[in-house]
Amino acid sequence: MAYSDKVIDHYENPRNVGSLDKADPHVGTGMVGAPACGDVMKLQIRVNDAGVIEDARFKTYGCGSAIASSSLLTEWVKGKTLEEAGAIKNTQIAEELALPPVKIHCSVLAEDAIKAAIADFRKKSVQGHPGDHEEPQRLSA
Amino acid sequence: MSSRRPIYLDYAATTPVDERVAETMFRFMTVGGAFGNPASRSHSFGWEAEKAVEEAREQVAALVGADPREIVWTSGATEADNLAIKGAAHFYQKKGRHIVTVKTEHKAVLDTCRQLEREGFEVTYLDPEPSGLLDMAKLEAALRDDTVLVSVMHVNNEIGVIQDIEAIGNLTRSRGVLFHVDAAQSTGKVPLDLSKLPVDLMSFSAHKTYGPKGVGALYVSRKPRVRIEAQMHGGGHERGMRSGTLAPHQIIGMGEAFRIAREEMGAENERLRMLRDRLWEGLSGMDEVYLNGDLERRVAGNLNVSFNFVEGESLIMALKDIAVSSGSACTSASLEPSYVLRALGRDDELAHSSIRFSVGRYTTVEDIDHTIALVKSAVEKLRELSPLWEMHQEGVDLKTVEWVAH
Repeated sequence: MAYSDKVIDHYENPRNVGSLDKADPHVGTGMVGAPACGDVMKLQIRVNDAGVIEDARFKTYGCGSAIASSSLLTEWVKGKTLEEAGAIKNTQIAEELALPPVKIHCSVLAEDAIKAAIADFRKKSVQGHPGDHEEPQRLSA
Repeated sequence: MSSRRPIYLDYAATTPVDERVAETMFRFMTVGGAFGNPASRSHSFGWEAEKAVEEAREQVAALVGADPREIVWTSGATEADNLAIKGAAHFYQKKGRHIVTVKTEHKAVLDTCRQLEREGFEVTYLDPEPSGLLDMAKLEAALRDDTVLVSVMHVNNEIGVIQDIEAIGNLTRSRGVLFHVDAAQSTGKVPLDLSKLPVDLMSFSAHKTYGPKGVGALYVSRKPRVRIEAQMHGGGHERGMRSGTLAPHQIIGMGEAFRIAREEMGAENERLRMLRDRLWEGLSGMDEVYLNGDLERRVAGNLNVSFNFVEGESLIMALKDIAVSSGSACTSASLEPSYVLRALGRDDELAHSSIRFSVGRYTTVEDIDHTIALVKSAVEKLRELSPLWEMHQEGVDLKTVEWVAH
């Protein structure tokens, strides 16, 4: 499998690797994929009171394209509003990274991950007691 | 090439041609050499080519304890598998149309069986034990009155486990069923004596044993006499079983490679086992590392390891200075985890996390030590990136998680 230079760059120097405190009310967590399918993405965003994403972190189990897709996504969502971040399409990620057809699903997973993280943040804001959330691994899009 | 080439640890995919083999091959191509067509009966060019081809046939037969007349040249093990399975199934179809094989066979066997199913044959695909080995009781239970052929590989290409072909052959002989063995991964690694083994058909490849690609052979037993229907017609070469002008340079390369294997396999296997064990010792010190397949009944050069919580393709990408494979070369272009590991009952995660290391004639101790260091740092890096590793560290049982399947 030949990877594009951008995929290799993100894979070798992944941006924003890590975890945010999932109990923090300002943090939204999205976890998508399944180990059996060969990829799992965890994407976290920290949202300020103005509804702007201040920080983003990811961890990904998957191929180089999956790692690159999530790394790129964390760069893109920082500084964006939730609406802007939620409007990111997988095709933009696939195009930026020049993903081959068999790897398009990696970009789809990245889009699902940001949507899931936004949905989690909004759910917490409505509930008002986000710290009680005990089952982060059940979060879904 | 300007940069240093990666360390080659994929000898189960193919081997470089031994220098001694390449030199011998070259003498059968150019105008100054023995370039003749071995089927030419009217001049010395043909005679000398034929003599060399027959000497190579003797070398191949000698490595496996066969009579040279039992060796049929093919283009490789895939063609030999096709010829054996289709050839026997077609010839004996009046006797029955049921075939038994194993889910961990090479695709050359499985896809050939699928084709026979399309032609109306019935095929039973047996599950191996978690060790990769076949349970004789399950095989016996699968045999029917209309079973004509059992096909079981000797050495598995992915996990290197060695099936007990003597026991399988004794069972098939007692039931009057033909037994085909794909031995592409065996030659030079496991002693074979077909004068004693109850095997009817056996496939060989040159390029897994330091010979050239593009040539192989099929053993067709004479005692008891086994018949197969030709799959390639035109000229009646190879006793009518496989037509087509022979490729002397390839054939002579295979003969020379098998001669070297016969002379050197004892010492070579000891060295490979030492290297393989050194590699396993280095890797098995890490957490959550699993060996796939039985360690005892296994060829010396193979190590198949799953690095839990790390995805195989990304690991191979991190190991760009080492040439290894995830699964077999024939399936590594697909996104499916190894069907061989799945058939052993390995979880999908572990099947997705597997790497096959295969060491060979030119592997050094330095290669192994460098590999251990590279693998360790790559696995550590990818685990830092892995949400599954993080969950594992937090004590989450991944089996209880409801994944959002994609």
